[in-house]
Amino acid sequence: MTIRHHLSDQLLLGYSSGQLPEAFNLVVAVHLSLCDDCKARLGAFDAVGGSLMDACDSVAMSDDSLAATLARLEGAVAPPPPRRGTKTLPAPLMDYVGHDLAAVKWRSLGMGVRQAVLRTDKGASARLLYIPAGQKVPDHGHRGTELTLVLQGAFRDETDRFGPGDVEIANEELSHQPIAEAGEDCICLAATDAPLRFSGLLPRIAQPFFGI
Amino acid sequence: MVATETGQTTCRDALAQEEWGALILRVRDTQDRDAFAALFRHFAPRIKGFLMKSGATATLAEECAQDVMATLWQKAHLFDPSRASAATWIFTIARNRRIDALRKSRRPEPEDLPWGPEAEPDQQEALELAQETERLSEAVALLPEKQRELIERAYFGDLSHSEIATETGLPLGTIKSRIRLALDRLRHSMS
Repeated sequence: MTIRHHLSDQLLLGYSSGQLPEAFNLVVAVHLSLCDDCKARLGAFDAVGGSLMDACDSVAMSDDSLAATLARLEGAVAPPPPRRGTKTLPAPLMDYVGHDLAAVKWRSLGMGVRQAVLRTDKGASARLLYIPAGQKVPDHGHRGTELTLVLQGAFRDETDRFGPGDVEIANEELSHQPIAEAGEDCICLAATDAPLRFSGLLPRIAQPFFGI
Repeated sequence: MVATETGQTTCRDALAQEEWGALILRVRDTQDRDAFAALFRHFAPRIKGFLMKSGATATLAEECAQDVMATLWQKAHLFDPSRASAATWIFTIARNRRIDALRKSRRPEPEDLPWGPEAEPDQQEALELAQETERLSEAVALLPEKQRELIERAYFGDLSHSEIATETGLPLGTIKSRIRLALDRLRHSMS
């Protein structure tokens, strides 16, 4: 897998410092599972967090805190086995959708395009998108930020081509019409922190029902 | 580096990152309670300070700091000193606990890396990373006041994600390359 479109420094710093909404954290964690370059960049930001924490004014713990913590270790359970996913379904996404993409409960958006909304905290929403090969997604703009990560297949829009593992970071300035490439059907994980802005009348009317 | 009853903190504070890392490895390999106690005395009050600066009450911060240290014990087998210093690794546990406690939301984490005895961290790599981390800490301390403040506000939870600056001015190139090499070695040893 050759990843060409990576996470921005802004996203990595937001993930490292814990400021991103859950839906964005999910996209970041999935990309990190597939990309050692970004994992190394994140490690650098985590090191900044570590040094800030280490330089923090320490606040005394209560007298019995060490004894209390040691006592808790007595009954500590064995650590869970390592979490491992697949290329199209990395472990952090499995935690949300289960072990099989085929078992996802899709809802039709028309023209063969389907989506499944994932449960995340407020602040941003996440969903899986299923776009049949060669199919267009309705032309839309963005009020906030939209992150789209390709899990399977590929899509193209006005800016570039996006294949497995690639993340497209779209903001207010980008209005685009993604088209799934011919060949394999395209499955993406998308997250947005504001409702999308559709150009066509029909998707605009349908929007509230689909929660996008 | 023997701790005395009275002057234990000054003595222990002088431990370099690589030595803290060595203590975590002792926890991992032999469930060494003395090593754990030393880590606790150094890190727990800092985790508590960090969480209070991030908006937690003293009671919540105390509770979470204990949780973080207990997690260190349970997850010591995942600590890799060639990819993260002790302080870095403990920070990530504390940050996740903070998201859990203050925001009450889930924290998606990347997949665990392939791991096994053949992927045992290289000591030289671990030492170099620890030194690089210390150099980075010095650089952070020397940043212009305004810039440092902005970065602190990001990490202490005072900025929303859209307010986070894209240009941090942090010298992250070397440490990033080092972690990248460690990841390459790990992947290579597993393939």
